[in-house]
Amino acid sequence: MPLTIHPNEILETIHMLEMENLDVRTITMGINLRDCAGPDAVKACKKIYDKIYRMAENLVKVGTSIESDYGIPIVNKRISVTPIALVAESADTDDYQAYAEVLDRVAQDVGVNFIGGFSALVHKGATKGDLNLIKAIPQALATTERVCSSVNIGTTKAGINMDAVLEMGYVIKKTAELTGDRGGLGCAKLVVFCNVPEDNPFMAGAFHGIGEPEAVINVGVSGPGVVLHAVKKYPDADLGTLAEVIKKTAFKVTRMGELVGREASRRLQVPFGIVDLSLAPTPAIGDSVADILEAMGLEKCGTHGTTAALAMLNDAVKKGGSMASSYVGGLSGAFIPVSEDAGMIRAVEAKALSIEKLEAMTCVCSVGLDMITVPGDTSAETIAAIIADEAAIGMINNKTTAVRIIPAPGKKEGDYVEFGGLLGKGPVMSVNPYNSSIFVKRGGRIPAPINALRN
Amino acid sequence: MKDKVIVTVVGKDKVGIIAAVTTALAEADVNILDISQTIMQGFFTMMMICDMAGANVDLAALKSCLDEEGERIGVKISVQHEEVFQFMHRI
Repeated sequence: MPLTIHPNEILETIHMLEMENLDVRTITMGINLRDCAGPDAVKACKKIYDKIYRMAENLVKVGTSIESDYGIPIVNKRISVTPIALVAESADTDDYQAYAEVLDRVAQDVGVNFIGGFSALVHKGATKGDLNLIKAIPQALATTERVCSSVNIGTTKAGINMDAVLEMGYVIKKTAELTGDRGGLGCAKLVVFCNVPEDNPFMAGAFHGIGEPEAVINVGVSGPGVVLHAVKKYPDADLGTLAEVIKKTAFKVTRMGELVGREASRRLQVPFGIVDLSLAPTPAIGDSVADILEAMGLEKCGTHGTTAALAMLNDAVKKGGSMASSYVGGLSGAFIPVSEDAGMIRAVEAKALSIEKLEAMTCVCSVGLDMITVPGDTSAETIAAIIADEAAIGMINNKTTAVRIIPAPGKKEGDYVEFGGLLGKGPVMSVNPYNSSIFVKRGGRIPAPINALRN
Repeated sequence: MKDKVIVTVVGKDKVGIIAAVTTALAEADVNILDISQTIMQGFFTMMMICDMAGANVDLAALKSCLDEEGERIGVKISVQHEEVFQFMHRI
């Protein structure tokens, strides 16, 4: 029997896993909860608990067994559900806190660290259920540990719902206040989207979209460390050659996700949805997207040239990754969350990286202003204006953008907020001091752009 | 195909590494199909393709047994399904 795999290839894989932080970032099971709706909220919550428990009972066990068989770390096992606004709307109550609590409880009982889907889709307007849900977000995030929330406030097809944008400014402020003792941690579990994908496996923005099947397995890959190592090996290569190197590396990283996804789907007997090709950094040393950009030849991430470098990196990852997987979806792009990326934090400390530059970077990568900590006295209107800017980028460019921003109570520029674990440590960044409130308070809807008219 | 695993051993070179690892495999009735061994950057590195079709233990048990053996002789032994490498390096 000949060696079908070359020893160097075996060593390369082992090296990626042992030295370069290669992992599958998340297996996320999407679960439809539409059949749990009903007028009696208590009964509905019981149905929700029972269904999630039944579907996801073995998720963690299967994830762990795949880790063991293949030697690939699977960092998170998570659950996403139908946006709760849709499920709770038919209930005879305006208080959706019980729905958040039941999600938290079942997440704990099946052993997942996050459950996403305390969500509403209001890009064109809000229903009664949507408004109730949005109203419930601050309290829900303050009193639960594992529940994640997201609200979609714009799409290329519908435009931007500016009433919802302003409301989310207030919701974010309130959430920060209620979790002030923890640095405003609640806001780290709340994402405001434009063009939200329905099959995203990554938290905090995951939910189970309305076009999805009964249940589905989505996988998020990672691997900034592996790409960094590959880039470092070619310090003198021109950018075309470097793009090729990144493509090949992304292919290999994504194959791991594809393998894990197929296997998880088979073992759980739940259809395989998509692989999300994202470079997701972690606070671990050597697992940083900023480090890759710097290895490409920038003194500090955030300096001139950063957007171009990121555009090339993001595109090469997608090209390599799309070859490796049969179904690609979700967010699929490099993430640039500040608090979760040691290189980004260093760049902020060196004053190389500002919110304005991050905003420019979000034009060419996924996903948006992510895990940005701003001073506690930042107004709700300013936060709404930041959301509007980011949503405009998404709407016009036909891409997903998002804002996950933490106005940390009592903190000012230069301070730090410790979120812990994968959420990392956020340096407080300055915002533009001038006022946008008259603009955001005009309300109404920014019409869909001309490029939405494609038929 | 499903029964093939790849065992990699990395550590400081010393007398008896191969003997220890292959003995542990033999005791588990795991058949070694191919071995490749080299010294890389001063480290002893060995890769084996093994067939677990006739093994008297499952993969998890083999892993923990080799973990113990690795600890005893001071090397790191990992065991993975061959599929991982096929998937990553072959289209």
